[in-house]
Amino acid sequence: MGGPEIERLIGMLARLPGFGPRSARRAALRMLQQPEARMLPLAAALNDAARAVRPCRLCGNLDSRDPCSICTDPHRDRSLICVVEGVGDLWALERASVHRGLYHVLGGTLSALAGTAPEDLNLPPLLARIEQGGVAEVILALGATVDGATTAHWLSERLKPLGVTVTRVGQGVPIGGALDVLDDGTLAAALRARRPA
Amino acid sequence: MTLRLTRLTLTDFRNYRSLVWRPAARISAVFGPNGSGKTNLLEAVSLLVPGRGLRGARSAEFARRGPDASGRWGVAGRFATQAGPMEVGTGSVPDGTADRRVFRLDGAAPRNQGEIAARVAAVWLTPQMDRLFVEGTSGRRRFLDRLAWALEPSHAREVAAHDTAMASRNRLLAEARTDAAWLAGIEDAMARHGVAATAARAGLVARLNAVLEQGAAAPFPAARLALLCPIAERLAAGPALAVEDWLRETLAANRARDAAAGSATVGAHRADMGLADAESGLTAALASTGQQKALLIGLILGHAALIAEARGFAPLLLLDEPCVHLDPERRAALFAALARLPAQALLTGTDAETFFPLRGVAEGLRAGGGELRPDEGFPAVAPVPGAL
Ligand SMILES: [Zn+2]
Repeated sequence: MGGPEIERLIGMLARLPGFGPRSARRAALRMLQQPEARMLPLAAALNDAARAVRPCRLCGNLDSRDPCSICTDPHRDRSLICVVEGVGDLWALERASVHRGLYHVLGGTLSALAGTAPEDLNLPPLLARIEQGGVAEVILALGATVDGATTAHWLSERLKPLGVTVTRVGQGVPIGGALDVLDDGTLAAALRARRPA
Repeated sequence: MTLRLTRLTLTDFRNYRSLVWRPAARISAVFGPNGSGKTNLLEAVSLLVPGRGLRGARSAEFARRGPDASGRWGVAGRFATQAGPMEVGTGSVPDGTADRRVFRLDGAAPRNQGEIAARVAAVWLTPQMDRLFVEGTSGRRRFLDRLAWALEPSHAREVAAHDTAMASRNRLLAEARTDAAWLAGIEDAMARHGVAATAARAGLVARLNAVLEQGAAAPFPAARLALLCPIAERLAAGPALAVEDWLRETLAANRARDAAAGSATVGAHRADMGLADAESGLTAALASTGQQKALLIGLILGHAALIAEARGFAPLLLLDEPCVHLDPERRAALFAALARLPAQALLTGTDAETFFPLRGVAEGLRAGGGELRPDEGFPAVAPVPGAL
């Protein structure tokens, strides 16, 4: 159907999260019917984002500025760092406007079964920021899965000797729940109800 | 106090190409020769609650085979509940992996399977369970966990979380990783989920024994259940947080030993279940096959009464070949107890005659050829006024 360009486009779309073969075909068709209005601007946006966006060297957030716009925001409370598993969790917390401090993106959780070890996590920049001083509290906002809880336990053991208060988000998060899928009210309650780790 | 299956629809499920069955009585006796599809019918109902159903089968095994089979399967149940009608459906994933099944609740995807478990419960007894007390502890633990889960829907999550943590610890120990903080994090999860799971098991055992003592299974002889687990012993003697601390410390101290053994030598995954006749004290491990079966039936009947009392609706009772190994006196007691209980029951057997004592209370259905036919030996059961 229609040549290798279309097949390749559909194949690449179908591998995106939230897409399957059927939705990929629909999206491809919609774009191909209006290449000037829909497709070339999208291609340009993809190109721009791919070239400009990088992980922030301080916190791991994705931004076209490095350090990112959160790390450089003068109105943020720099004594408070919220540790999340991924950028999706950071976005969820930002959407809900529940955290006024800085973030740190760990880039995963420890998982013996998936083979993610401490050295695979983005920890050194967080340790460096804490050692520079000025950080009073680190909030661990890792999902309530077994791996998330294990990572929180491990991380609090690593951070406490550095003289910071380590807290964990409240129990409103169901087991297996990722922060990204929670509604704003639940997120706010979980962050308010944090307790010592 | 009711949960009634009012319609069951099977599509390309096991030997059923297309079946619509409307139970016409609170008790349905299904009979036919081996291979006629009786157990498949019970299995279909067991799949209306989360889990792997009464055979513990994989999703890929449910699809009917044959030249005209679609390869996809579906089971849908319509229920009458106190809150009105409810539809639960399950089946193969339309466009995805073969070994998964999906649920529908009232036509929409539920947020999670807990939503289904909160509203439907089913408990079953199969001929394979005749070997429950001659085989290893894992079968008995699974049996106990299903009973606990029907009482406390969050129990399944606690057990699954515990088992994930344990598998993680086994992996780290096998790889000889010595990151103590990582291991401690995993052991913390094992301790928290293991103590929560044990508390749910212990709660079930205590409450089930209490209703059995009050005669919930009568006139069937009552059984007495025991949870054999060092965590449960400690929970009975002290606060849960202290037991968690003990378990964490024990796991940390046993790392070398557990690495050599390949798994944790102490934990919630080693719990066992004991069962004995309440009157004679005869334990299941020493009892004959017939006596064991009777003990399990007594337990299941008491459990149905407990769930009805605790959750406001009785679970569906799925009894596959319950009369095999039962003497005539116990069969009569089983039928009398089923007639008294508030639960809907599906029973299977080889002959219609086995179930003749239930005429007037139960409908009789002959299974075969992918169909169910009402048996003339059983008169229509008059609906009880006011009952669903
Ligand atoms: Zn940043």
